[in-house]
Amino acid sequence: MTNNEQRITNNEQRFLKLSGLEPLVLSENTNFVNVGERTNVAGSKKFLRLIKEEKFEEALDVAREQVEGGAQIIDINMDDGLIDGKAAMVKFLNLVIAEPDIARVPIMIDSSKWEIIEAGLQVVQGKCVVNSISLKEGEAQFKHQAKLIKRYGAAVIVMAFDETGQADNYERRLEISKRSYDILVNEVNFAPEDIIFDLNIFPVATGMDEHKLNAIDFIKATKWVRENLPHCSVSGGVSNVSFSFRGNDPVREAMHSVFLYHAIQAGMNMGIVNPSLLGVYDDIPIDLLERVEDVILNRRDDATERLLDFAETVVGTAKESKVDLSWREEPLQNRITRALVKGIDQYILEDIEAARVSVNKPIEVIEGHLMTGMNVVGDLFGSGKMFLPQVVKSARVMKKAVAYLLPYIEEEKRLNPQVGDDKGAGKILMATVKGDVHDIGKNIVSVVLACNNYEIVDLGVMVPPEKIINAAIEHNVDIIGLSGLITPSLDEMVFLAKEMERQNFKVPLLIGGATTSKAHTAVKIDTQYSQAVVHVNDASRAVTVVGDLLQKDTALAYKKNIKLDYESFRDKFLSRTKKKEYKTIAEARANKFQINWASAEIVKPNQLGIQVFEDLALEKLVPYIDWSPFFRGWELHGKFPDILTDDVVGEQAVELYADAQKMLKKIFEEKRLKAKGIFGIFPANTINEDDIVLQSEGSEFIFRTLRQQLQRREGVPDYALADFIAPKESGIQDYIGCFCVSTGFGVDEMADAYKENLDDYNSILVKALADRLAEAYAEYLHKEVRIHHWGYSKDENLTNEELINETYKGIRPAPGYPACPDHLEKFTIWELLGVEEKIGVKLTESLAMWPASSVSGYYFANPEARYFGLGKIKEDQVADFARRKGIPLEEATKWLATNIADD
Amino acid sequence: MPLLSLTRKRIVYENKKMKNIKDILKERILVLDGAMGTMLQRHKFTEEDFRGERFKDWKHPLQGNNDLLSLTQPEAIADVHRQYFAAGADIVETNTFSGTTIAMADYFMEDLVYELNYESARIAKQVADEFTAKEPNKPRFVAGSIGPTNKTASMSPDVNDPGFRAVSFDELRIAYKQQVEALIEGGVDLLLVETIFDTLNAKAALFAIEEVKEERNIDIPIMVSGTITDASGRTLSGQTAEAFLISISHIPILSVGFNCALGAKQLVPHLEVLAAKTEFAISAHPNAGLPNAFGAYDETPEQMAAQIKEYVEKSLVNIVGGCCGTTPEHITAIANVVKNIKPRPVIVSR
Repeated sequence: MTNNEQRITNNEQRFLKLSGLEPLVLSENTNFVNVGERTNVAGSKKFLRLIKEEKFEEALDVAREQVEGGAQIIDINMDDGLIDGKAAMVKFLNLVIAEPDIARVPIMIDSSKWEIIEAGLQVVQGKCVVNSISLKEGEAQFKHQAKLIKRYGAAVIVMAFDETGQADNYERRLEISKRSYDILVNEVNFAPEDIIFDLNIFPVATGMDEHKLNAIDFIKATKWVRENLPHCSVSGGVSNVSFSFRGNDPVREAMHSVFLYHAIQAGMNMGIVNPSLLGVYDDIPIDLLERVEDVILNRRDDATERLLDFAETVVGTAKESKVDLSWREEPLQNRITRALVKGIDQYILEDIEAARVSVNKPIEVIEGHLMTGMNVVGDLFGSGKMFLPQVVKSARVMKKAVAYLLPYIEEEKRLNPQVGDDKGAGKILMATVKGDVHDIGKNIVSVVLACNNYEIVDLGVMVPPEKIINAAIEHNVDIIGLSGLITPSLDEMVFLAKEMERQNFKVPLLIGGATTSKAHTAVKIDTQYSQAVVHVNDASRAVTVVGDLLQKDTALAYKKNIKLDYESFRDKFLSRTKKKEYKTIAEARANKFQINWASAEIVKPNQLGIQVFEDLALEKLVPYIDWSPFFRGWELHGKFPDILTDDVVGEQAVELYADAQKMLKKIFEEKRLKAKGIFGIFPANTINEDDIVLQSEGSEFIFRTLRQQLQRREGVPDYALADFIAPKESGIQDYIGCFCVSTGFGVDEMADAYKENLDDYNSILVKALADRLAEAYAEYLHKEVRIHHWGYSKDENLTNEELINETYKGIRPAPGYPACPDHLEKFTIWELLGVEEKIGVKLTESLAMWPASSVSGYYFANPEARYFGLGKIKEDQVADFARRKGIPLEEATKWLATNIADD
Repeated sequence: MPLLSLTRKRIVYENKKMKNIKDILKERILVLDGAMGTMLQRHKFTEEDFRGERFKDWKHPLQGNNDLLSLTQPEAIADVHRQYFAAGADIVETNTFSGTTIAMADYFMEDLVYELNYESARIAKQVADEFTAKEPNKPRFVAGSIGPTNKTASMSPDVNDPGFRAVSFDELRIAYKQQVEALIEGGVDLLLVETIFDTLNAKAALFAIEEVKEERNIDIPIMVSGTITDASGRTLSGQTAEAFLISISHIPILSVGFNCALGAKQLVPHLEVLAAKTEFAISAHPNAGLPNAFGAYDETPEQMAAQIKEYVEKSLVNIVGGCCGTTPEHITAIANVVKNIKPRPVIVSR
């Protein structure tokens, strides 16, 4: 007994199951599956034009709209004389597969050419439907194609067509479907549930007698097939039935509705229907319904004439089909809420104006309409149903609305000065501390807080402490928020906390930014300020924390709790850290990482000296972008590209990614940013254990490196970067490189322009992208150096993923990061390369680089060189470092503060 | 070619026995082996060990080419199989995870693909026969391991060119076909298409297997095992567990399941989907937990067995074993849990 025979005689229920990224199962509860056909060059003029002009991106939008519009399967057809159908099918399918919001539905591969169908089947992972095969060219070909379709794992549409022609009456439909079914199931072993019959929908009411039965025969044949050919499905293209009423959409809509109503009852469970040409059966006027049913079901001899006569009275009321704008007809508040939730700014001014004239005072629009909408946004965000990028888009709409209202509010204040200044939910000062230029995170938090009706006083970047103090007093703020990315900023925050205590401040202090931590906040900042200090590292938490801090009734208790929480956290942290033991620097040096220099492979660089790149084409950097941190910056967590298909954040990630691509295109096309780079490679050796001395243009420069001191497992060396360069006494000439790259020139101008235009979303986006480009530039330049300029890794051929995973030979540590947390060495790099004179990247007093989107570091080529974390060091090394460097101990202590072990 | 006629005979013999595996599946839960790589790492093979005498002058580095060890360190491979059978495994996988021209291109060893697969199958089969001879009431089987290759047919490696594909269906089909033919001639009892991160790759492998079956007029049971990459609950190529199941159910297979990427605990919800939606037998060979901070797997045999117990209690599986980080100790623990347990009911075709 064959597999199939057993299956069928099992008499169990078997359903057609299809899949894209997600399953589609046609069970007995599935009423009707709608197949989208606008991605069909024969069915859509627009799609045909887009494919002919090779505008595949726009063609993808057509597919996306269909899926968003409810198509459960999309039919793709490229059969046109002027198109290379096979190439177009493969290219378009490959692009569709890369779009998770489209590829989630199964695909119907539609062609009259077998080679196109087969090419399509070879690029789609899900279970597709082939549209179509038939007995038209005989049994041999039919069987051959069916066998391959089965092997490719697809379902199939079988046309009611055989060697003698198309089935055009009831009996022929039965005859051909029965014969096709028997061949497929018994001879090819095709699963019966994977067979879908297209029983040919032909026009009715054509005026020709032989067409009168076209609809009713189809319906009757459908019933027979579903009852007599177990487990198969029936499909068809519905719009054919009303072909003779082209131009009269109301009648066509009614005909489609009536036809489907009866065909579905008979068992038609799949079909191609243009949703804009489909009415609701129950909404059809009774006189029209009667006449249409007469035609479809062939109930009267004069049915056609009667419908034709009637049709003339309903011409011209055709419904327009376009983007769904029905929400525009909803009440005003709904429209405003929707605009905020969806981030649509297209109609907001119009709606705000309508709101303004409906209230007594313009401020009521903000307090009423807009806050109602923003509360919805806040609730959705809080419950994880909206994500950060969407909220920032909402803020854009909010800002535009408020900007529109401001002149009216000012005017109102002028006229009625007795009305006191309305105090919003609270005023929050935000600043990136002195010496630091990074503000993406701070801006995101500001925007999200502003969305929640807090007034933000944003002092920008590199704000000196006295300015923060003065602005806080002047604006009478309720909270101060400080942000910073580089380690010296931590000290600035400590300083500011001390200063606030000294000046008897009472407002809570928020701490955020990449290097900040709850531990640092609890141990170093909280102890300096007797009021509440809270570490907040993401925007969603910022809203709750600020809310709790300013909630009148409970704030006091909350602040007390926070203080206690930080105290106990601190105690636990300190008691844990005390257990660590350290070596003396002499002991650590004695246990340094040993490279056998006699046998070490040292490659003499192809080019020694300094080279400058004035203006690199930014497009070159795109393949080197590491996208995961970009998404992380927007609080979308996951690894790229998996994040694009993530169940929770995938949709949002795809949208953000698309916005990012758009922005990159703009950056490239308009040449708004400039990429500059400089690097040098120099003869070098290690001296005095931890120093690297190098020669450049006749002068000597020295890099001071720091060595691990934490007591660790026996046999593990205590690393310093100097270990990776041959010592002078070995007599071997070694080399070192260093570099600085920036893609930040022009960023502030772009970001500010967006901000001025009340578009924080794009303002933040452009900064975030510039940061990614700078990292990509560093990656790109390092590769160029390895392969060409230094040439120690000529044959390297790594994928971008491997690059991001740092699988290359040699390392590229950056001052201020774990292997060399000391920022001071940047001075040496700047002096050695002439960074500021040659490419214009400056160092702030905290040794942050300006523009912010810059990266600098060293190149170590030795294959044994590795990244490590310095960890904590002891006073003896700090004193030694100060002596070597020739700076006062206090200064060394200040710069190394975050790395000195407490005890 | 005399070689071929010999193996033909063996296939006929195996086919007779293969009726057994389907019957056995109705009676008890079968145990698959654990990780090959983890066991080989214990040897700390050097570049020289990988090369052996035969490849001492090979122009490219060979360390890490575990499949090659079947030729250069065959005793080590046989020993791993032996340890797993001794631990209680019913089925061991051949050392051929990367045995396609596509994956072997990394080592410029495309021309060795036939030999690698043939020898690996032969080694495993020899060990299996030893054990079956000793314990005839517990026949041991060899599954030919067919990995995903290192390229994806439905994803672009280039983020800027989403329509680009590094490998085509036909390239995969041809490469898989070569591997399948060598495995069968080497004597495997079944084929295991595993660690599927892109379903289209797997479909190419299944297509190739169907071709071989038809051309040789043979039948050989097929196990299919996908990989849910992370907490998103999808394959790398984006499919949900059910979409994956639907996409590979078009030919009669012995079992469908999941392996790798996740630990036994994280696999539960996905196995539940399969259990509810398929009549095929279900397999699972998870990792020894999730990797720790150092990329190592540290779930102990006891911990893993405790999770497998949940599979058994929920009646989720018919075949269980281990993937990355699992050892003979894990397999012993698993075998003890599933011993004398009634398997999940299956409808085995034919």
